Amino acid sequence: MSDSNPLAGTPRRTRDQVADLHFMDARYKLLDLAAFLDRLEKASGPEDHRVRGLRAALPLLLSAGDDRVAQILHLWSDPSVTPIEKADTKAASGVWPGLK
Amino acid sequence: MRYIEPHGHMVSRTTDDYQAMALAGCAAICEPAFWAGFDRKTADGFYDYFCQLTQHEPKRAAKYGLPHYCWLCINPKESEDMKLADDVLALIPEFMKAKTVLGIGEIGLNKNTRNEMLILEKHVELAVKYDQLILVHTPHLEDKRKGTRLIMDVLKAAGKVKPERVIIDHVEEHTIGEVLDQGFWAGITLYPESKATPVRAVDMLENFASQRVWLNSACDWGHSDPLAVPKAMQEMRRRGHSAAAIDSLVYGNPVRFLSQSPNFKDPQALR
Repeated sequence: MSDSNPLAGTPRRTRDQVADLHFMDARYKLLDLAAFLDRLEKASGPEDHRVRGLRAALPLLLSAGDDRVAQILHLWSDPSVTPIEKADTKAASGVWPGLK
Repeated sequence: MRYIEPHGHMVSRTTDDYQAMALAGCAAICEPAFWAGFDRKTADGFYDYFCQLTQHEPKRAAKYGLPHYCWLCINPKESEDMKLADDVLALIPEFMKAKTVLGIGEIGLNKNTRNEMLILEKHVELAVKYDQLILVHTPHLEDKRKGTRLIMDVLKAAGKVKPERVIIDHVEEHTIGEVLDQGFWAGITLYPESKATPVRAVDMLENFASQRVWLNSACDWGHSDPLAVPKAMQEMRRRGHSAAAIDSLVYGNPVRFLSQSPNFKDPQALR
């Protein structure tokens, strides 16, 4: 059996075809993101590290290439490589707190 | 169209979900042991949970015509208590005798701590000793990349683990390549918010050539969707993929991996 999955190397679609399928989905998500940033603007207090991470990712949306999702996930990842001694929570926040 | 749900926490779901999954074409469900949303205090609690997974849940699934399989472990979120973890590990060999147990899982890491690593290593030793398949949970969100790499280091250091008998689950765009490059299977989990959406999952399938991939909903007590796999199938159809290609991914691939366990029976052969 070939090691290639049957969806790999999908026939190229035109940009119109991709937009027809997914534009409205992307549109409402972008508006939701804008609304979230507006909501933050009206709120008080220091910037949360998660929001700082989100703002840091925004320029990647306009960068060239076809791996923006991976780039953003790498940006938000803990860059350390060794186990920690003990965790103070079971939960993850979504953005590595040390991200500047 | 038929599909396998290779990762669903059905003890957390209602009979309506079983019904909906059966109607959507589900042919079999596999349930890894996991965190209940709270820490269990005793090994007795896990004994009861393993009874639920191996005895009660298969009967509940059977009412909807669905074969039900399971995986056994103590999950990484409860691995900080080393005494509890050791006691639970000692229970597992007895439950491996059940005819619906597929292997050890979902083991792995949560916050990438030293204790989690030690218990992961003990699970891997157990799997090797009893020649069991391994299903790996990778950490959430910002902890995923580091945890995935640490887990693969543990698996490789164990020496006798065959990568083709290990599925590393919850991969995303920044981890799937490394997992496949090292010869492991990769599981893409479809979640409404965290992990991957059906649309992103299909993007990954179009971008990565390997056959060693499955899709799962990992539906549980949290924000999740037991029909996530059929929704990904719908997305594949929307993009023009053939019925044969979709079947190969959502039915053929899980069957190929799971058939490495003598306990798994291809649902097609049971009909």
